[in-house]
Amino acid sequence: MSDYNELYQQIILEHNKKPHNFRIIEDANAYSLGKNPLCGDQFAVYLKLNQDNVVEDIAFQGEGCAISKASASLMTKALKGKSKTEAATMISTFHQLLTGSLSETSAKDVLGRLTILSGVKQYPVRVKCATLAWHTLSAALAGQEEATTED
Amino acid sequence: MSQSTLNRQTASDDQSEERMPVFQSLTAERVQAIRGDFPVLAQQVNGKPLAYLDNAATTQKPHVVIDKMYEYFSTQNGTVRRGVYHLSEISTREYDLARAKFAKFINAPSPKEIVITKGATESVNLVASSYGQQVVKSGDAVLVSGLEHHANLVPWQQLCLMQNATLLKIPVLDDGTLDQDAYDTLLNTHDNIKILAVNHVSNALGTINPIHSMIAKAHEKGIVVVVDGAQSTPHMPVDVQALDCDFYISSGHKMYGPTGVGLLYGKMDLLDAMPPYQLGGDMIRTVSFEKTTFAPPPARFEAGTPAIAEVIGLGSAIDYIESIGVSTIDAYEKELLHYATEQLNALPEVTIIGTAPEKAAIVSFKVEGVHPHDIGTLLDQEGIALRAGHHCAQPVMDRFSVPATARISLSFYNTTEEIDALVVGIKKIVKLFK
Repeated sequence: MSDYNELYQQIILEHNKKPHNFRIIEDANAYSLGKNPLCGDQFAVYLKLNQDNVVEDIAFQGEGCAISKASASLMTKALKGKSKTEAATMISTFHQLLTGSLSETSAKDVLGRLTILSGVKQYPVRVKCATLAWHTLSAALAGQEEATTED
Repeated sequence: MSQSTLNRQTASDDQSEERMPVFQSLTAERVQAIRGDFPVLAQQVNGKPLAYLDNAATTQKPHVVIDKMYEYFSTQNGTVRRGVYHLSEISTREYDLARAKFAKFINAPSPKEIVITKGATESVNLVASSYGQQVVKSGDAVLVSGLEHHANLVPWQQLCLMQNATLLKIPVLDDGTLDQDAYDTLLNTHDNIKILAVNHVSNALGTINPIHSMIAKAHEKGIVVVVDGAQSTPHMPVDVQALDCDFYISSGHKMYGPTGVGLLYGKMDLLDAMPPYQLGGDMIRTVSFEKTTFAPPPARFEAGTPAIAEVIGLGSAIDYIESIGVSTIDAYEKELLHYATEQLNALPEVTIIGTAPEKAAIVSFKVEGVHPHDIGTLLDQEGIALRAGHHCAQPVMDRFSVPATARISLSFYNTTEEIDALVVGIKKIVKLFK
């Protein structure tokens, strides 16, 4: 299945199978539940921000495809220790990468290995799978307890 | 009268209702010849031969349909029922001929009982709006099955909200059949049910519902029955007189015709008493500034210029289906269903959802550890087109506690080789996700 590699790379498959930070944060101070109404997939994102607005802990729970789950897992890994401002930059960079307005190379500085998800842009119907957790993160940071990919 | 019609009319119980006479299936050579009639099927997708397994969503179009529409636009384009010139006359004749072909196809007593709409969805909306608002009043109820496509659920749900009526549901058993005991109980405990809306075949699971007996029971209680036949019409013999349904709905593009055409059969006494659904040209008898009188059915329900080329194209699709024979199609697709079910059941990671004893050639399934969307994208790489999602039937997905399923829906142009390719593809995916 070599032709699958662009999208279903080993890292994505591993994160799907054993997602990082796949848990609930009981004392989270930011939270949102994100839904993709087109497919019924949903993720809850939990954040614990300290007084300097730095992400001390982040986790997620929910149901989704390999792309959405791997994206959420990689996102939580990358977000730890980032400030709220840095998180906002990462969110917009990720969206730009997946909508094709930013190249993988240009996004690399901000997103690191998250650019592995850029293969999704070859599959327009799956872009929302990859961005579901990010929409949810964005909503959680804005204090909205519900998010959707259909805004 | 055809053999299948005779069989239907002598049906006396649920079992014999669904039992078809033995018709010859299609040979492999014949299927290859048929495939040659469908230009789309000849292509490769991602370097692999296309295996189109999403026929419940839409069917491919044979040459004769494409050619007919080309011919129409090239030589006879004219609006129907208005001009007195050659182009309009020929268009009107062919348009009405298509209506008559469909009437014969489902054994409707008269083409006047066939309303042409822009899709099966509009057909349901027409009945829910026109007939529904007329008969469903505050305190009444509409009964729908738990297997419905959103198109045969949401219009009834919204009608009930508007009329302050109750929406009742026939529950679904674990094998994907409708709970007939619960249906009997609903009929016996609610004397306010005005309409039963049920599909002939479930688009999500493939269950063939025993509508013949369900209709008879509903009629005993004076309930009018609306049957969604979008998944049955091109795949098995349908006889609306033997079924005695009040309304029967079909989709043009799911029966090898173009998009933009739906059909609605309604018993004439019902249609005749119904107010118009939309207002405008073509549906009137006389208009003054103060007053309008409406045309009789079916024109009363066909306001505006219809999809003429598409309707005529559908007429050719019906001719094409009949050149193979619906009973032959039914027999061959049953064989494919049997083969696909066996092959998929042999994969330990696969669970088929919907195992009713009577099924059309639709198989919904889940693969352990793999989300249906990943299956869909990965199989596309193998040239295999199947549906991954909730199939516009979210309540059915909820009933089986899945967000979505992968679904194949087969046609007479599909082959066992395509099912083999599907099985190989699923095996690869399972390995990839291990």
